[in-house]
Amino acid sequence: MSQVMDADRMARALTRIAHEILERNRGTSDLALVGIRTRGVPLARRIAHSLKEINHADVPTGALDITLYRDDLMRHAVGPQPLVRRTEIPFSIDDKRILLVDDVLYTGRTIRSALDALIDFGRPRSIQLIVLVDRGHRELPIKADYVGKNLPTAPKQSVQVRLHEIDGEDEVLLQGEAA
Amino acid sequence: MLKSRHLLGIADLEPEEIGLVLDTAEAMKEIAARPIKKVPTLRGRTVVNLFFEPSTRTRTSFEVAEKRLSADTLSIAVAQSSVTKGETLLDTVRNLEAMAPDMIVMRHASSGAPHLLARLCRSVIINAGDGMHEHPTQALLDAFTIREHKKRLDGLKVAIVGDLLHSRVLRSNVHLLNRMGAEVWTCAPATLMPADLAHFGVRPTTSIDEAVEGADVVMMLRIQHERMHGHFIPSTREYYTLFGLTAERVTRAKPDVIIMHPGPMNRGVEIDSDVADGPYSVILEQVANGVAVRMAVLYLLAGQEGEAD
Repeated sequence: MSQVMDADRMARALTRIAHEILERNRGTSDLALVGIRTRGVPLARRIAHSLKEINHADVPTGALDITLYRDDLMRHAVGPQPLVRRTEIPFSIDDKRILLVDDVLYTGRTIRSALDALIDFGRPRSIQLIVLVDRGHRELPIKADYVGKNLPTAPKQSVQVRLHEIDGEDEVLLQGEAA
Repeated sequence: MLKSRHLLGIADLEPEEIGLVLDTAEAMKEIAARPIKKVPTLRGRTVVNLFFEPSTRTRTSFEVAEKRLSADTLSIAVAQSSVTKGETLLDTVRNLEAMAPDMIVMRHASSGAPHLLARLCRSVIINAGDGMHEHPTQALLDAFTIREHKKRLDGLKVAIVGDLLHSRVLRSNVHLLNRMGAEVWTCAPATLMPADLAHFGVRPTTSIDEAVEGADVVMMLRIQHERMHGHFIPSTREYYTLFGLTAERVTRAKPDVIIMHPGPMNRGVEIDSDVADGPYSVILEQVANGVAVRMAVLYLLAGQEGEAD
């Protein structure tokens, strides 16, 4: 197991992403952050915090649970169902520019589910995707707009993002041998 | 996860399983507040609602829950079915199963009917009330409603008052509340009090004032005229005087008491209109929560369809 990102680099990457968001969107008007549970939620909060520090404006932040939208849910209906957690989007997403936040971008299936879920909440003007780590191996035509770190991986490896809000410390770990 | 493929009664559930259903229901509740009140989770699944007894609340609640999860639903009321032509329960269900439903939600006047089908059928069976035995989703939605208000179930004093003898809601609630550590008091006239109730760890009394005294939750049960083949109470007027929940009696409970009723209510018999529509009543919340709880049950059981026990 090797560390590919420590707390400092993670903080710098998130600050850089906040600047990129402001540059691309020319400010924070109509922006809203939606974190995908579990680790997208604290990441969204941190980005909201950075945006406030830089631009002195609050960006509404919500949490999305995509379990009920998963495409593998009922395929092999044996064994325990994944835990469903609460979706909290306490604002209207109509005509907003939504910044969707997740920790790792891999096959793209989670993002596909999240897009379906978001559209059920309204009609945003646009949806942009923020990920802390893009590890490649897409199975769907999905691309991130803001990436903390591009990390070339083998399919057998696993990428673990640890955040101090949940795991006690900030780091990204890469497990397994590159084939 | 749930250990059984079916939901037949609360008696089969561990406290962790009850907690899982309630936690899942909490996540499901938010869907009712969305502009599009629907998730694609049970797309392509077929659920049959098979009601051999009249029901408005429970049947529509299950139907709404199924539709919100995108299942295809089919509701069969007994009056229009071939049961009236003499078909047996098992034949009815086997014929339905030939059309390959994934789950059957059933209500039947005989205690144990869903248990029989669970042994003999392929589909997942959900008990929506069997005779005088169990009504598990009602107890789960009651617990969900209590937990929303009190943040816990353990240590609460819950008074259950009314026609205890004929009540499957009572039996499911006693199992659930006991398991979750609540202190359950039950109150009814001696004729409507099941003989063995004290064995289930509840405190039976014939005084409503004693039952309601200091209660966190008062749950009123309906006088079930349709099940009373005999003289259980002299008159509904007398019953109201001795056992009806009035605003005056509510003052004996804790100041933050919640008043519940599984419906349908007999106003002026077991409960006064002032109380049913008053500030402590959570009766309509129970109905709203019923949909979320049934969505949780359908979702959790859908994962176990493929398994045979």
